[in-house]
Amino acid sequence: MSAAIQAPAAMPERAETPTWQSLRRFSGDGFSVAAAIVVLIFVLLAVLAPWIAPHDPYETDLLRRLQPPAWMEGGEWSYILGCDALGRDILSRIIYGSQVSITIGLAVVLISTAIGTVLGLAAGYMRGWVDIAISRVVDILLGFPYLIFAIALMAMMGPGLQNIILALVYKEWVVPARVVRGEVLAAREMEYVEAARAIGAPRLHIMFREILPNILSPVIVVSTIRMAHVIILEASLSFLGIGVQPPTASWGSMVADGRSFVLDAWWVSTFPGIAILVLVLSINVASQGLRDAFDPKFSD
Amino acid sequence: MSDMQHRPLLEVRDLEKVYHLNSGLLQRIARQPALNLRAVNKVSFSIQPGETLGLIGESGCGKSTLARTVLRLHEPTSGSITFEGSDITKLPHREMTALRRSMQIIFQDPYASLNPRKSVEEIVGLPLSLHGIAKRGEIRDRVVAMLESVGLKSAHMGRFPHQFSGGQRQRIGIARALILNPSFVVCDEPVSALDVSIQAQIITLLESLKRELGLTYLFISHDIGVIGHVSDRIAVMYLGDIVEMGPSREVLKAPKHPYTKALLSAVPQIDAGARRERVKLTGDLPSPIAPPPGCKFHTRCPFAIERCRHEVPALRDLGGDMKAACHLVSAS
Amino acid sequence: MHSTRSSVTEMTAPLLSIRNLKTCFPTRAGLVTAVDGVDLDLYPGECLGIVGESGSGKSVTFASVIGLVRSPGYVAEGTIRFDGTDLRNLEAEQWRQLRGRDIAMTMQDALTALNPALTVAEQIEEVLLAHATDLPRKGRWEAARARAVEMLRLVGIPAPDKRIDDYPHQFSGGMRQRIMIAIALSCRPKLLIADEPTTALDVTIQAQVLDLIGDLRRELGMSVVLITHDLGVVAEHTDRVAVMYAGQVVEIGPTQELISQPKHPYTRGLIGLIPRLSDLDAPIKPIEGQVPELIGLGGICRFHDRCDYRLPQCRSDIPMVAVGPGRQARCIRAKENLS
Ligand SMILES: Nc1ncnc2c1ncn2[C@@H]1O[C@H](COP(=O)(O)OP(=O)(O)OP(=O)(O)O)[C@@H](O)[C@H]1O
Ligand code: SF4
Ligand code: SF4
Ligand SMILES: [Mg+2]
Repeated sequence: MSAAIQAPAAMPERAETPTWQSLRRFSGDGFSVAAAIVVLIFVLLAVLAPWIAPHDPYETDLLRRLQPPAWMEGGEWSYILGCDALGRDILSRIIYGSQVSITIGLAVVLISTAIGTVLGLAAGYMRGWVDIAISRVVDILLGFPYLIFAIALMAMMGPGLQNIILALVYKEWVVPARVVRGEVLAAREMEYVEAARAIGAPRLHIMFREILPNILSPVIVVSTIRMAHVIILEASLSFLGIGVQPPTASWGSMVADGRSFVLDAWWVSTFPGIAILVLVLSINVASQGLRDAFDPKFSD
Repeated sequence: MSDMQHRPLLEVRDLEKVYHLNSGLLQRIARQPALNLRAVNKVSFSIQPGETLGLIGESGCGKSTLARTVLRLHEPTSGSITFEGSDITKLPHREMTALRRSMQIIFQDPYASLNPRKSVEEIVGLPLSLHGIAKRGEIRDRVVAMLESVGLKSAHMGRFPHQFSGGQRQRIGIARALILNPSFVVCDEPVSALDVSIQAQIITLLESLKRELGLTYLFISHDIGVIGHVSDRIAVMYLGDIVEMGPSREVLKAPKHPYTKALLSAVPQIDAGARRERVKLTGDLPSPIAPPPGCKFHTRCPFAIERCRHEVPALRDLGGDMKAACHLVSAS
Repeated sequence: MHSTRSSVTEMTAPLLSIRNLKTCFPTRAGLVTAVDGVDLDLYPGECLGIVGESGSGKSVTFASVIGLVRSPGYVAEGTIRFDGTDLRNLEAEQWRQLRGRDIAMTMQDALTALNPALTVAEQIEEVLLAHATDLPRKGRWEAARARAVEMLRLVGIPAPDKRIDDYPHQFSGGMRQRIMIAIALSCRPKLLIADEPTTALDVTIQAQVLDLIGDLRRELGMSVVLITHDLGVVAEHTDRVAVMYAGQVVEIGPTQELISQPKHPYTRGLIGLIPRLSDLDAPIKPIEGQVPELIGLGGICRFHDRCDYRLPQCRSDIPMVAVGPGRQARCIRAKENLS
């Protein structure tokens, strides 16, 4: 055996930040990585839709009304998943529909995470009336059932992409705000926060530079989980006909369109339904993996 | 000697810090009685430039609260703090921030007191950039110099706190506190979390830095051996009160207050000759929310008399710079 | 052959005898040998101190003795004999019999070692009902309860008959530590292993708890292993002491002699860095450097990098050598008069 006594800090000179370590752990988790790749594929579909989609998603062709998928009697390989009641290609509509789901999912989660984080930081760090006010609003909003709240807002504002985002953000910010506030309450008692105050660091510095980086991991994890939730909500609103308006392709409204002929032409609702399922499930699996990777209990 | 030489660096008068428990909105709605925890109870002391005042007492007696209130990391409830001749009790936030250059603190827990997501360079350099003292290029040089004077290497600059041992982390904390050239440093249990051999390294480091930089310390520890070693004077706290104060030698050789006697007799000694007759205490530390009336120590004091149950003993001068708060101790 | 016995216990056979104990933990960085070749004997009625810095292997050594090494750790080598039985080859059922009845251990952290969901009464009675053989058949429960109250009174809990139905969190830290001792002692074990029983406590409470353990030892005639990092505690409360460093015992002997005339450079260092109340001006001399990582050590004295007395010959495995009656040290220069 070598006789060397190692120094206790036998660490590489180039330092690895805790975040990198977490990401490295995540990359070792094959199942979650696969799920993340599926999510990425949907994002690519959304971005590249005009080049990938085999047909124009709005082009109606009554001759192809309810044409079945390619492998069935009467199907055709250039319309692989078949056509809907107006003869529009279902695959192309699913590809374009991912634009709606991804845009709304990302926009709602990003905006509400930003708002929620700032408010949660303020409530948790400044305490006092700021905390009381924010927490009160949070509690009240939490009291409403989400979907009914969104339906009511949509009814007031009218349909449309922007309004859906707004309607969802109005309530969605509550989730990150609560998570952040809780984390800040724990973090503000840490000595390194006190140490920053002792060297005369201003409040904003402490909130955004000392505390925020340390609570970011749970926030990121929660946001990804919430994205799945938001995508389902959007689909529900569109399904109810108060979301994205026709002819824009949205998975929710596509499912609704096929509702009346599920028995004769099951493919019209089933394929967009599967798309929702796969995306939401992948996001969930990936976020579970993220949570494990960021959880200090699993750290080395 | 001139008056200037006698002016203390820090003077604390009747300092009081009360925490209000149960004062949250919910509790107020539920009409729960507000609980007041008097963590620091009308404490007065002063520290001369270049001196080390040691503060001892059991956990929960208010040592750390006192230190943080003196630095105004917590706001005092009443009393006054005078630093370098000016009253800082009510100093506005902005001016207080500027003053933090001169008053610093070293924390107990070398794991919790460093932000895990910042590199050593960022941690130690931050005070300089926050106070706009040095330019970018200079900051690096000053950080390197500071790290070297606390026994770390410049190669450590890019590393993160989790890559260091406890003793090394404590050195980083010391570097952060001293890089602003403060005149007054609170050391709040700076070695309690460390192993004995590392403790000795940090104590000798703090002592040599004090000599080189002309620092003044308020040194908190529950380890009486450590306090005896570093302090010029010692103050003993019990449940928010200073019960005895005086030159280290006197307090340790001939303690006057029964609590100090009990504390010293309980410290395990390695040389058999240094052991004292144990002054046995009964019972546990009372809750600071409802301290006993009269002398707060009477529930555990082996010498308590009837008078102790209702009359609070004042901290009285005993001559020779000694003070004690006990009915049975009088000036000799 | 060499003997580690103190003169008091010269004739008796050891109650606990550990030979060449080696305990390992597989980790990402490699195989950590937390305990490496430890030999220890404990005689009936004696109090043996184990001192050393954090990570020196004090807790793991005795976790190995009572078969509670945390997975993935395992005892790799060695023999452990207790009162005539070989502890390494016990069945789970035999362990259950032994632990709590003949050997009891109090854990470093009293708050987490007590079950927060059970009252103190339930926790003591559980041990008594499982192990105590001398409870009457009729009215076992009543007898167990009476004994539990008695134990609490013994460890100095005021109004034990009232407080016995409280939950652990309703007691202060010092009281919880004493409750743990009460549970440990309720079946009158032959051996009490007290792992840092007072580290989390204030000195005045520490003195109460240590005096209590000493009194109970004399009353019940048990043997005690006192694990601590405080040489002062060792000096005041133990008969013999073993100094551990980086997974090995580096010096062992009667406490007073070992402290007044340490033979191993590390022991000297430890004693030299303690601030003394009797001599405030005596300088404290730190031991520079750090404890080595416990991975792939061997072929060199473990204290080598920090040792002021090292020689070229120290680059080899250093055996324990006898350095006086009942004394041994793991240093090639232990017999010299170093200064
Ligand atoms: N579960 C574990 N996994 C990996 N290594 C471990 C584990 N438990 C202990 N060790 C290692 O074993 C060595 C000895 O640990 P041990 O707890 O016995 O030290 P100790 O002397 O009791 O220290 P302390 O004074 O801190 O209680 C250490 O290097 C420690 O890191
Ligand atoms: S005043 Fe009475 S109770 Fe207090 S310390 Fe003195 S003798 Fe003891
Ligand atoms: S064997 Fe050599 S290196 Fe080890 S303690 Fe003895 S003198 Fe020092
Ligand atoms: Mg241990």
